[in-house]
Amino acid sequence: MDLPENLRRRSFLLGAGALGAGAALAGCTGNSSKDDTANVAAPAASSAGGGGGNDAIGQKVVVGFSAPAADHGWIGAITKNAKAQAAQYSDVELKATEGTNDTNQQISQVETLINAKVGVLVILPYDGKALTEVATKAMDAGIPVVNLDRVFDSPLAYRIWIGGDNYGMGVAAGTYIAKAMKDKGVSSPVIAEIPGIDSLPLTQQRSKGFADALKAAGFKVANRVPADFTPEGGEKAASNLLQAAGKIDAIWNHDDDQGIGVLSAIESAKRSEFVLVGGAGSKNAMDAIKADNGVLKCTVTYSPSMSSSAIKLARLIGHSKGMSDLVEKEVPTSITLASATVTKDNVDQYMQFGFTS
Amino acid sequence: MNEQVSSTGTTSTGTTAPPAQEQKRVERAAASTATPTSRLDRVLANPAARNLGLVAVLLLICVIGVVESGSSFASQSNVLTILRLASTIGVVSVGMTFVIIGGGIDLSVGAIVALSSVWATTVATQDFGPFGIIFTALVVGTACGLVNGVVVAYGRVVPFIATLAMLASARGLAEKISDLQTQRVTHTGFIRFFRAEPAGIPVLVLMFAATAVLGWLLLNRTTFGRRTFAIGGNAEAARLAGIDVRRHTVALFALLGLCCGIAAVMIIARTTVGTSSHGNLYELDSIAAVVIGGTLLSGGRGSIVGTVLGVVIFSTLNNIFTLQNLDTSDQAVAKGLIIVAAVLLQQRVARVPGTS
Repeated sequence: MDLPENLRRRSFLLGAGALGAGAALAGCTGNSSKDDTANVAAPAASSAGGGGGNDAIGQKVVVGFSAPAADHGWIGAITKNAKAQAAQYSDVELKATEGTNDTNQQISQVETLINAKVGVLVILPYDGKALTEVATKAMDAGIPVVNLDRVFDSPLAYRIWIGGDNYGMGVAAGTYIAKAMKDKGVSSPVIAEIPGIDSLPLTQQRSKGFADALKAAGFKVANRVPADFTPEGGEKAASNLLQAAGKIDAIWNHDDDQGIGVLSAIESAKRSEFVLVGGAGSKNAMDAIKADNGVLKCTVTYSPSMSSSAIKLARLIGHSKGMSDLVEKEVPTSITLASATVTKDNVDQYMQFGFTS
Repeated sequence: MNEQVSSTGTTSTGTTAPPAQEQKRVERAAASTATPTSRLDRVLANPAARNLGLVAVLLLICVIGVVESGSSFASQSNVLTILRLASTIGVVSVGMTFVIIGGGIDLSVGAIVALSSVWATTVATQDFGPFGIIFTALVVGTACGLVNGVVVAYGRVVPFIATLAMLASARGLAEKISDLQTQRVTHTGFIRFFRAEPAGIPVLVLMFAATAVLGWLLLNRTTFGRRTFAIGGNAEAARLAGIDVRRHTVALFALLGLCCGIAAVMIIARTTVGTSSHGNLYELDSIAAVVIGGTLLSGGRGSIVGTVLGVVIFSTLNNIFTLQNLDTSDQAVAKGLIIVAAVLLQQRVARVPGTS
């Protein structure tokens, strides 16, 4: 199957506005993290257990879809996945608007969808705060809103929120490293961290999760060198980091695209005494994990497959059905997706989610 | 900033050129921005003296580095790491020095690096092998520089605006060409060549050194260099002295474009990929390095040695902060303070007249 374009980075909530402005001016691509699987794993998901009765063709549901501009891979994958998933169902008609990073334009797009009287709305807001009012308006007009990843300000603005777990991603990385250190019998390991852009809330959540998980095992981060979600920044940060610490036991790099540069710096320095954990789950990273011939042993995911799930949820809401594996007659109000720990042992199951970065 | 060519649009070719001797004298006169008044001023008008302040700053930073981090800072491998990280932005800064001395400015360098790196790593380009990659990067970089130069010199657009337009469009084009994919280099030989360390010095550092030396010779030992100072000092005087100001301006921007192409090759080698995210914020970093290197933003005065020192200062600072495991926000503040401190120091040393 054809994977959507690579996930490159994803601008996020608050940082995004400022970053975006900077991006326009300074040519910095307003980046953030991307995540795994630009998948068309949707089909695989829909045939998963429990789909049974819910997949039966029902009445037609018109789903309105609005997301930021596909200016980097992660958002591109989000949009592609939504379309691919909607195409799976003959009873879903997707009305997707042109992606935009202009908040005003996104608001008027959502208004247009409300006026077109769509059955359900799926919205990934460029800026959650700014879109809250118009989403509330949709809810008031009787159109349920599925809020994807970047969260609205008020629970009144959405029927269900579904998104990734940045904190959990950090926890997954920290847990993996803590276990690896205990298995190796390293008592006080030197653990390093290469985050993305430090000023973004998502980076802060990831780092907090990482620190908390390590703390539980009695470890802590010794060296922390932020990069900027780009291969170039990763190379710079890793070059300096390898000089700063003569011996390292484990490194968590938040982002696999940035990780290309990190790996390049590690090869240049001819160092291999540590275990490297990635983040996001790019195809490159998964290939390296599968080959098992380098320092990269694991990556923790953050997946744009969430938009496939959002379309499925929108359809269930339109059919007034619940999730078939739950007892309740309606879908929940909030779903936080787990960050998967991909290692050599399970990489084959996740390969289809690996995005080309 | 922008060289005012007389509004009638006549070029110097219309007038009969003065004798060579006379031409040189006028060029020199146009290049000198301030007439030294005392003996002290005459000594300090020597660029080497102006670089003393920078050397002092660099030494101070190194002393702090040694005191704080000891052997991990002063080790040979760490010094080479600092220089390797300085090399890419260093090459760009050398080119930037020429443009700024000539009275211009270029905000598009980062975007040109990105575009060159992407164009040089497409599948089609890589079919031509490692030389195809290098050739493409240099040609694309130079072409972008030429466009900048033509728009500035013949389109009479202020350099700030012209290169701002290039910044936006070059990065946009890079994103289009790469479809936002990160493009891997398939030629391992290419990567290996640039990772090599003949005589213990990384190829990238050698490239930076060669660029700096050639730049210094071009600026200080050739007519081209002298004319650059003349144009930046007083474009109108330079034009009257028989210099084709517009053609020279195009050449300056093209030279910087070529430097961006070289930097793109270096960054592809360092990261093993070409991507539209390369060269992030290079315009600010290179302008900062050039300015603390003692080059006047208004043109007419500057030095390659100062620029190289400026680049190395920032690279060393970055390294020390990492060795000390300090916050990047503190680093940004320190960087700002150093820019101001270095420029203030130079002004004291050089007694720059208020006009500059």
